[in-house]
Amino acid sequence: MTKLLPASSSHEAPTSGDEATRVPTADTAARHRGRWPLLWSRLGRAGIGLLGWTIAFVLFFPVLWMFLSGLKQEAQASTDPPTFLFTPTLDQFEAIFDRDFAPYLLNSLMASVGSTFLVIVLATPAAYALSLAPVPKWRDSLFFFISTRMMPMVAIILPLYVIANDIGVLDNITMLSLVYTVMNLPIAVWMIRSFLLELPKGVLEAAKVDGATFGVELRRIILPMIAPGLAATALICFIFAWNEFFFAVSLTSTRAATVPVFLTGFVTSEGLFLARLSAAATMAALPVILAGWIAQKWLVRGLTLGAVK
Amino acid sequence: MTVSTSPAAAQPRGGRAPQKLTQLERWKLRGPLLPALVLTVVLTQIPMLVTVYYSFQSRNLLRPEESGFAGFANYGRVFGDEQFRGAVLNTVVLTASTVLLSIVLGIALAVLLDQKFLGRSVVRTLLITPFLVMPAAAALLWKHAMFNPLFGILNWALSPFGVERVDWASQYPMTSIVLMLTWQWTPFMMLIVLAGLQSQSPELLEAAKMDGAGPFKTFWFVTFPQLRQFIELAILLGSIFIVQTFDPIFLITQGGPGQATTNLPYFIYQRTFRAFEVGEAAAAGVIVVIATIVIANFALRVVSSLFREEERA
Repeated sequence: MTKLLPASSSHEAPTSGDEATRVPTADTAARHRGRWPLLWSRLGRAGIGLLGWTIAFVLFFPVLWMFLSGLKQEAQASTDPPTFLFTPTLDQFEAIFDRDFAPYLLNSLMASVGSTFLVIVLATPAAYALSLAPVPKWRDSLFFFISTRMMPMVAIILPLYVIANDIGVLDNITMLSLVYTVMNLPIAVWMIRSFLLELPKGVLEAAKVDGATFGVELRRIILPMIAPGLAATALICFIFAWNEFFFAVSLTSTRAATVPVFLTGFVTSEGLFLARLSAAATMAALPVILAGWIAQKWLVRGLTLGAVK
Repeated sequence: MTVSTSPAAAQPRGGRAPQKLTQLERWKLRGPLLPALVLTVVLTQIPMLVTVYYSFQSRNLLRPEESGFAGFANYGRVFGDEQFRGAVLNTVVLTASTVLLSIVLGIALAVLLDQKFLGRSVVRTLLITPFLVMPAAAALLWKHAMFNPLFGILNWALSPFGVERVDWASQYPMTSIVLMLTWQWTPFMMLIVLAGLQSQSPELLEAAKMDGAGPFKTFWFVTFPQLRQFIELAILLGSIFIVQTFDPIFLITQGGPGQATTNLPYFIYQRTFRAFEVGEAAAAGVIVVIATIVIANFALRVVSSLFREEERA
């Protein structure tokens, strides 16, 4: 709509002029648009804005509803029609912590933060070896990494379960962290590599000429320059680890169970504790929602393995 | 790199000093890569080999005395299993419909977000949220708050249109799962397409406008061809993730009613952890991996074409 305006108002195209003389209605429309191009463009923009806001509200509504239901009493959470006006209460959130939510939260935190730390420590040198000082056949290694992320997790769960059981690390948070580390390594390697490739070549060459060793080069030059990229990578790895359900539900049971596993405890309740479930779901989802909102600028890069900026 | 080192490698071993240095240098180059490589091999490739081994074994964790070499019997049983074939079909239906719906919606939303309007960044933030919600939390939320036949939001929202008391998860199980997954994956598609839209050159759009192309013609002939690569990437990456869908199946329908929503990941999970049929589960796993390799090959080709352009630039 708005993009058409300059063509019909300021730009004098011969065809539109011909049409205007022949068809009176088009002529009127053109003159109106010519008189109030600003108004039309503003109306068009407002319409697009309204559409955008409406769709955003509809798609965001389930999340909003989850949050609102968590602030309700049980009786208000499952009514027909739904209750929109109510006095908010934090009772459900308290009730969750009474139900021993804290250990699950702690497990999730340890698995996510621990694996994210390990991922960054392992992926940064690997990405370096696959970009700035490439190993022989670096392309094969790069594709090997990403192929492990494409492999269906179900195909390796059984041996992982049996091996973990045999060596006594089933239901163990270290084991889960290691699995998450391997799960996120390919994404991190690809992503960090894309940040490394963007470094100005001159700076790195200058460092080499000055005789900087690998350690010095890494600490003094590379790490400070890709720090924002590392932060973004870390956030994305944290998001994936925090949200992971399949390995958590298969490899843990009581001691090392994470937040998603805690949520499965609500499966049998058939909506009887909808308010409490909503409070728990809110608590579970909130860290990642906040992290994602903060990191949205880099989200695309992480999700496309650094292929898209 | 490979080209320059191969002549050195072709030389006879244990020769002169420079060659030894080359070997040393090579290990120096490999050094930073090794820890990540070793951990990945230990935790993915070794289990994968064990899975292949299991797939040729007759083994049930509940009956350990019966184990032994089984040849291709597990594969035969899996292919002959109606439930497995059903799971394959369900996986295809679920993945294809979710990917298709979310890419179409994602493109539409990306085009919308490419326009300037008041509060656009807030709208974008709200729109990406479904993707961020923990999948397990989202699944339970949809099961209990959205799909509930008595007080679910979906029935309430549809009641003005004459929809009454639909028990979504049991009457329309596959539709429900696809609906929920589409809600979750549309933001992913939108983000990638939006990145594509915003990276297109303004000069080209300007040129199209000067040539008198309307917004639709511009989109179809100028924007869309440029977006193709991004759309392909979104579809392929999305497919890889959506094929592995597990959380909503486990939490919303338990693969049912009957086997209506049992996809391959859930099928293997059931065979492993409910029936303890190790051999069959492993055979199904190997089949899934082979199928994934085929899909992943396409995916890698797309990713690598993007990645070659980056190198040329």
